[in-house]
This record gives sequence, structure tokens and C-alpha cells, in this order.
Amino acid sequence: MALIDSIKHREHAKAHRPWPRAIVGDDGWKKAIDLLARGRCTLLGLWGDAPDVHMALLDEKAGDIAVVSYACKNGKYPSVAERHAPALRLERTIRDLFGMEAVGTPDTRPWLDLGFWDVRYPLGKRQRAQKPAPYVFLPAQGEGLHQIPVGPVHAGIIEPGHFRFTANGEHVVRLEQRLGYVHKGIESLMDGAALDAAAKLAARTSGDSTVAYSYAFAQAAEAALQVKAPPRANYLRALMAELERLANHFGDIGAICNDASFALMHAQTSILRERTLRAAEACFGHRLMMDVIVPGGVTRDIAPNGPAQLRALLSEIRKAFPRLIELYDNTASLLDRTVTTGIVKPALARQFGAGGTVGRASGRGFDARRNLNYAPYDEIKFDVPVLEAGDVNARVWIRIREVEQSLSLIEQILNRLPEGATRTSVKASARICEGLGVAEAFRGEVLVWLRLDGKGRVARCHLRDASWFQWPLLEAAIEGNIVADFPLCNKSFNCSYSGHDL
Amino acid sequence: MRRTLFESLTQRALTEAPPAPDKTALAELTKSVNRAARAKLGRSLSIRQVDAGSCNGCELEIHALNNAFYDLERLGLRFVASPRHADVLMVTGPVTKNMREALLRTYNATPDPKWVVAVGGCAVDGGIFAGSYAVAGGVKDIIPADLHIRGCPPSPTELLKGLIALLEHAR
Repeated sequence: MALIDSIKHREHAKAHRPWPRAIVGDDGWKKAIDLLARGRCTLLGLWGDAPDVHMALLDEKAGDIAVVSYACKNGKYPSVAERHAPALRLERTIRDLFGMEAVGTPDTRPWLDLGFWDVRYPLGKRQRAQKPAPYVFLPAQGEGLHQIPVGPVHAGIIEPGHFRFTANGEHVVRLEQRLGYVHKGIESLMDGAALDAAAKLAARTSGDSTVAYSYAFAQAAEAALQVKAPPRANYLRALMAELERLANHFGDIGAICNDASFALMHAQTSILRERTLRAAEACFGHRLMMDVIVPGGVTRDIAPNGPAQLRALLSEIRKAFPRLIELYDNTASLLDRTVTTGIVKPALARQFGAGGTVGRASGRGFDARRNLNYAPYDEIKFDVPVLEAGDVNARVWIRIREVEQSLSLIEQILNRLPEGATRTSVKASARICEGLGVAEAFRGEVLVWLRLDGKGRVARCHLRDASWFQWPLLEAAIEGNIVADFPLCNKSFNCSYSGHDL
Repeated sequence: MRRTLFESLTQRALTEAPPAPDKTALAELTKSVNRAARAKLGRSLSIRQVDAGSCNGCELEIHALNNAFYDLERLGLRFVASPRHADVLMVTGPVTKNMREALLRTYNATPDPKWVVAVGGCAVDGGIFAGSYAVAGGVKDIIPADLHIRGCPPSPTELLKGLIALLEHAR
């Protein structure tokens, strides 16, 4: 039985692809919440589209997705977070952007609206901003507790966000995040944008995952317009996605060790990262491969000497990387910092539907490439590494194993790269149509939901980074750890601020 | 570990010759930086990076400046953890309204004389994010900017060219 059929609904939305979207009433909405609360399916997204609220659900085992839509009554809808905590920040966001209220939500504080905008509800019925009420952090009670405020401007070359620690001596009793500092209003800029301009915006949602965002956006647009990218384009897309994964994993493995003051590893993995980016530039003309994936295919073919360059890169990495793994595994002082630090319990990872390294280090094996089986991953072989320990060490090892898988994937893609066109023409549909795309970025799945208005313009686009369901777990992971281990834990998550803040 | 360390000592360094300073950058700096500041700062500059709303693409390339190929510190340039230790603020992103105050406070916490380097296309005028309710504008709309290094994101070589121009100018 398809997931959508287990939820009572009135009708199907007419042109929503590839998975169905159904209009539900109170009973259907409550049933969907019930499925989430009982762990029968995973929350994939919750977003506003005034006057409606949409919720995407995932049946992991079946690889099935359903979107249910609830028409708000007087701008109100029944809270999901009341029974399923992972929806909480999404509900606060819907209220900040649209003014739609979740009835029964356990937290009514703002989330992305930090009180600096000139307008309230920028995506809904706009109002003049009012003087914001002071933001109250959650309390922590006990003897000898003190607070440490950190950010939004941090000490390193990283993105801005605020962390409020309550500590007892060195031990963290509570961490509360406050994000939204890099909110650029991407979803509002998407409204009415032409498809190519919208693709550029999507590519700049989180620069480190630019390939994955373009990939998911192209999937959504192609689904809506019923266009298929040529096979060669699919393989080139996956090639770029794996290069992006490699570069980021090298960066992360080094940066985690660096935060444990083991700079040698950072120096070595930075060399591999740089070599990967240089190969990417040689193949696709841009170090981060920005704007190469577009709806309909890719804007350029791989350079004629690209495959040879990539094979040279693979052999270089295969020579250098095993020794770095050995270096990590044989340095007791480093393992002393990473093993048993910042544990995410598997039950929590499952409940929050945490993807990427965070989920896979805590027993949740979801990988959009495998579970949703999109092209060309349905034709090439790879393993999805899963560990149970959930500590910093496990997150390092997941990255190490994924580097090995990406190397094999790149080799397979080069061996099988089909001949032929790299792009098909994309014509605007005369009707309103909707599409959903999910692509696996290095930190987890990226979801893009898109409605086109029948004139080739975007009517509404929602982008959901994997970080939404990982950030809250960082608050849980740090509990009981020492303050000095926070950078280590944070880096082992490496959540996106920009991808989250939008 | 010993083998990795030993090879680092015996093998040729990966570090590449620095590029020539960017001419446009030199021209822009002639207009903005006064002589007294140059004399004080001399040959070495401390940089404090501030992300005022970037997509994090620029941060990746700024990070790369520290790798073995570009090795920024050999030029007397280094990243510091506090604006109070900095001569240069390197600012990325369109400045979001949510970051405007934090950027201003960081600027005010940086002792004079100081330079501001705006990095990336968005830092010039907001780039593709200009016009959003959540974006205040480019860096120069909030604090005085002395140098712009364009690109989306600028490559480490482009960043180096701009920074070397800054050093040449400070000499």
C-alpha cells in the first residue's frame, strides 16, 4: 500500500510529481501526525504555502514519499510538534515567514525572525515590524550554574550562529542554539523568478553543497515539467556530486582532527581536498562546480582530458588516504578526544530522521541515493556504511568509509559514462505543475519542492537542508560533555548555517 | 605518523609561488588607504574573517588559503580569532539584516588603523540576494570597505592577488 493511501484524504493535487500530494482535512492531518509520533514514518519536511501547510512524509523501507496539505482555518493548523518534536523549529519558521500558527505548539518563540526585519510575515500577509519582545532562552536550574554566550561571530572562519551554554564548571548542562543570522530570504526571492534565476539561487543556498542543491532543484523542475535529463547528464551529475562529497569529507576529517589540536591530519587532508577541487575545475571549469547542473541536464560536458585527470586523482588519493586512516587509527591521544565524545543515541537519530553522517553514525542507514534510488545510482554499486556508536569517532569513520565509496563510484562512472547529449530543452508548461526532488548531499539529503506557475516562473519553492534535523541533535549530543569538546562535536556534525537559515 | 612526518621533511614543498598583485586592487587601495596607516602596519597583517550572510562558498576558498599550496602565513598574513587582534576585517556575503548589528560591533571592536576587504560578488552589492527583505546590502553599505575581491566564490589565487596588493600597498 502506498504511504498516501494510509492517510485519509479528500483528493490528490493534480500535477504533483513524482510522488503524490493529497489534500487532507483534520482527520488526515492528525493521522499523519500519528504515523510520525508512532515512528511509522519519518518527517521529511513541513513548510508554508499560504493559506496551506504542506508536510512531506517518508516511508524509509519502501522508499515512498507522500506530501499532505492542510488548508489553514483563519491562519491556524493543528501542531505537529505537539506530538512530534522534530517539527518544532519548522513550525516556528512557518509562523515567522507566513504568520500561520500551529495550534498547540509547545514553543511559540520566533525562530528566523530575530527582530531586525522591517516587515513581519514576509511570505504571508506582510505587516510592519513591531518592536520584538526580548528572546528568552530556556532555563536551567541548579547550584553553581553559569551561562556562556557564544556568537554570532565565532573565532574561526565559520558561519555565524549563537550558542547559549549553561555549564556547571566545565560540564555542559544545556546548550541552546539560536540561528537565523544568515537568513537571506531565499524563498521570497524565488517567488516569481524565472527557472534559470531560481536554479542559481538554489545553487547558493549552501555553497558547500552547491552541486547537491542544483541536483535536487533540477530533479524537482524536471518532475514538474515531465522532462528527463539525458543519461550522460545523469552520470555527469553523479560524478560532480561524488567529487563534492570527497572534497567536503576530506575537509571535515581534517577539521575535526584539527579541533582536537591534531594539525598534521588537517594539513594532509587539505592537500587532498585541494587536489580534488583542482580536478573539479579542470573537468567542469569551476572549483565548486557551481551552476553546472541545470533543469534539463548539465551546461557543459566534462573536459576532454577530464577522465584522465580524475583517474590520476583517484590513484593519488588511493596512495595517500590509507596512510591517513592509519594515522587516525593509531594516534591514541586523538582517539582519546573522539571516542565516546558527543554521543547521539540511535533512537533520537531515528526520531528526527537525521540523515547523512550524523544519522549513519547513529544507526540510521537512510541515504537518498540508495533508498530513493535515483538515476544513475540505480545502475552503479555502492555500500552505505552504518555504525551504531554515535560519537565523534563514528562520524569520522562514516566519512572515511564514504570517501572509499565515492572513489569507487567515480571510477564506475568513468568506466560507464554513456555517450550522447548532455542537455534536453526545457519548455515551460502551460499549466501549474509541482515537483519534488531529493538529492543526497555530503551532509545528508536536500529536499526541494517547487511549484511552477504555467508561464515558466516559480510560484513557490521550498528548500530543506539536512541540517534542520541535525542541529537539534547537536544540543542533545553535547549534554554532559565538557565545553572544550564543543568545537569537536560541532565540527563532527558540520551542519550548514546558510542552508538552514535560508 | 613518523613516515608521514619524515616524508614531509624530505619531499619538495607543495607551496606554489605567490601570484602578482591584482592591478585593480592596487588602484582601489591607492584611493582608500592613507599613508599613516601603512607606516604603522608594515609588512604583516592580521585578518579577522566575518561571515555577514554568505552561502559559505567564500569561506571554503578562504580556508583553502591556509593549505600547503597557498600557505598564506609565509606572506605575513594570518587569520586571528578576535577583531581586537585584527588589522583587516575580511567580510563575506550580502550583509543580512540579522547580521548588520553584529558586523557593526565587530568593526567597532577592531582597533584603528584598519582595513576592510569585502570578498565575493554578494559582498559588493548583495549579488543575487539584493532586494530581499532580509538583506541590508553590500558590505560598503554598512561599513567603509577599502578593497573588493570579486568572484563567486573568488578562487584562492584571486584572493591571494587581492591580499598581496594590500601588502604591497602597506609596504
